[in-house]
Amino acid sequence: METIIEPARPAPDLRELWRYRELLYVLVLRDIRARYRQMALGPAWIALKPLITMVIFSLVFGGLAGLPSDGVAYPVFTFTALLPWMAFAEAARASAGSLVARMDVIAKVYFPRLVVPLAAVLAALLDLVVSFGVLLVLMAISGEGVLSWRWLLLPGYVLLAAATALAIGLWAAAAAVRFRDLRFAVGYLMQAGIYATPVAYAASIVPEPWLSALKLNPMFWVVEGFRWALLGTGTPPEPAMLIPLLAVGLALASGVVVFHRMERTIVDWL
Amino acid sequence: MIRVEGLGKRYRIGGEPTLRALLRSPRAALQHETIWALRDVSFIVQPGEIVGVIGRNGAGKSTLLRLLGRITAPTEGRAVLHGRAAALLEVGTGFHPDLTGRENVYLNGAILGMSRREIERKFEAIVAFAGVARFIDTPVKRYSSGMQVRLAFAVAAHLEPEILLIDEVLAVGDAAFQQKSLGRMGEAARAGRTILFVSHDMSAIAQLCSRAILLEGGHLAADGPADSVIGAYLGQTESVHIDEGVVAAQPQDAPIRIEAVAITPEAVGTGDPLTVRIHYRAAEPLAAPGFVVTLHDTLGVEVVRLSTLPISGFHIERIEGAGHIDLHIDSLPLTGGLYTLSLAVTRPRVDTLVALDRVATLRIAARDLYGSGVLLTRSRGVVPVAHRWSLHPSD
Ligand SMILES: Nc1ncnc2c1ncn2[C@@H]1O[C@H](COP(=O)(O)OP(=O)(O)O)[C@@H](O)[C@H]1O
Ligand SMILES: [Mg+2]
Repeated sequence: METIIEPARPAPDLRELWRYRELLYVLVLRDIRARYRQMALGPAWIALKPLITMVIFSLVFGGLAGLPSDGVAYPVFTFTALLPWMAFAEAARASAGSLVARMDVIAKVYFPRLVVPLAAVLAALLDLVVSFGVLLVLMAISGEGVLSWRWLLLPGYVLLAAATALAIGLWAAAAAVRFRDLRFAVGYLMQAGIYATPVAYAASIVPEPWLSALKLNPMFWVVEGFRWALLGTGTPPEPAMLIPLLAVGLALASGVVVFHRMERTIVDWL
Repeated sequence: MIRVEGLGKRYRIGGEPTLRALLRSPRAALQHETIWALRDVSFIVQPGEIVGVIGRNGAGKSTLLRLLGRITAPTEGRAVLHGRAAALLEVGTGFHPDLTGRENVYLNGAILGMSRREIERKFEAIVAFAGVARFIDTPVKRYSSGMQVRLAFAVAAHLEPEILLIDEVLAVGDAAFQQKSLGRMGEAARAGRTILFVSHDMSAIAQLCSRAILLEGGHLAADGPADSVIGAYLGQTESVHIDEGVVAAQPQDAPIRIEAVAITPEAVGTGDPLTVRIHYRAAEPLAAPGFVVTLHDTLGVEVVRLSTLPISGFHIERIEGAGHIDLHIDSLPLTGGLYTLSLAVTRPRVDTLVALDRVATLRIAARDLYGSGVLLTRSRGVVPVAHRWSLHPSD
């Protein structure tokens, strides 16, 4: 094995990333374990977080504001969207802050730094598994939801959410190294983003041209896709989906390059 | 093997700009002063070689190891490493404080690119070497810094990397562990591994390394046999070298601190007198303190131990505030070579209040004490003895 140490290496070495898959696995486990250890209630807390939001949304938007929910019971309607949204928001936030949080290790040992935000995203996706179990229980109790072949498309939507979160995380992590005040920007972006995504309301109540604008948001398709697959409402995949898909692809590719340029000297900044 | 060609690293100094400063005046925010921490450094280290890296604080030693350990990228030049490299860099160990020793061993192994099975195979040996078996399932944040360093060194040394980069970390461990680690490094080198070893401890460098490189202001100032490079570093006239870094590293909250150490004269030889002056400052009145001065040879053997109490019977009622204490040695009974001086303030038979391990290096000049024209160096024994031979053939 020969290692060459040079100032500029324009492209990240993805084969090297594959060689470090064991580390990815260990880091994901570590993130999950560290998360559970901090929580008094353990895994129960992960299930509780979207449930609490669901209750608040049901009271405020479903009850007070009386927003329609496409004929589905409002709590189930909003929980189905909260499920991918909250995992996405956590993945974006965690991956954006992951470099700074892992500085102890980064300053001492070499490994492809890309592993760190990647692990943060994967660990956040675990929340999704837990709350999916909660959703199944909710659906069984309320009698909402339909079992169909569309469920098979769910992993695709999860992948889209993960890719979007990683793209945001990579750009934000790279920028936050230079400009520390940006570290909190992703949190604010997520607070605004939940209203730019049909989580609390149905896409069907949004008039044009606002609807077309919403369709540029990749998370629109994830959230609506979950509803379409699980509840039979929502929005099925459409050609309009290609624009955000392409945008996420571009953002992810450029994010990897920007992140790579920055990772090589990150310890000098911190 | 390590091949370094014209390696250089430039750092920006002054903090990174905030977004606000950038928006207000982009030109000023993006301008920055820079310094070259390392410049134009070239050398080759062959497999099986242990090379000591020495130089004053800020000379660029840690920067060199950070570059070779790929913690940060160089600004110019290049380096080629053949084989897997493991680095133990300054302060901290790369351990995650919330995880247990066991989890950290696996994590570190994975970071070094090892498989789970490989780590499992060596796990017992690592834990035994570090001597932390009882605490292996305790979070690392409860470990003392010495325990952390022991475990980190044990992992790095047992993973059998082809290249081992070690930056001063061993100074944290106790003397016994340092000797064990030096022994382990020697073994690793004999097994064909390549080792780069940064230390302020000249006797450790002399003991372990056949070759040393000297950095000065980021440049390679000398590269050659360890003895002559150490000589160049300590200066031909200055044979007493005080390591200010050790003095500065004392805990701030100790009941007593040593503010400075002075050793006179600056050039000493076998049989010469020597005075060690210890400036202290006690935060609170201290009853019956003991001052201890020890000398170690390059093999780590304690050859001299002097203390106020109990050895000399020099009883100090109490000390308060600042002052200094002098130790006068009438005649140094040691052959020529490198020795390190350590000192400590204790409550005799109770505990140690502050310890400055290897705070000074003495290069004792060899003398022709026996009047034979042969200079008595360490290879002629540690202690010169006034003596006479007489031959008595029985017929
Ligand atoms: N991250 C950094 N940013 C700016 N300057 C640095 C940084 N790291 C080290 N330096 C500077 O580079 C020089 C070399 O430092 P270092 O390699 O740590 O020296 P040594 O280990 O020999 O004491 C010093 O002047 C130090 O202040
Ligand atoms: Mg250093």
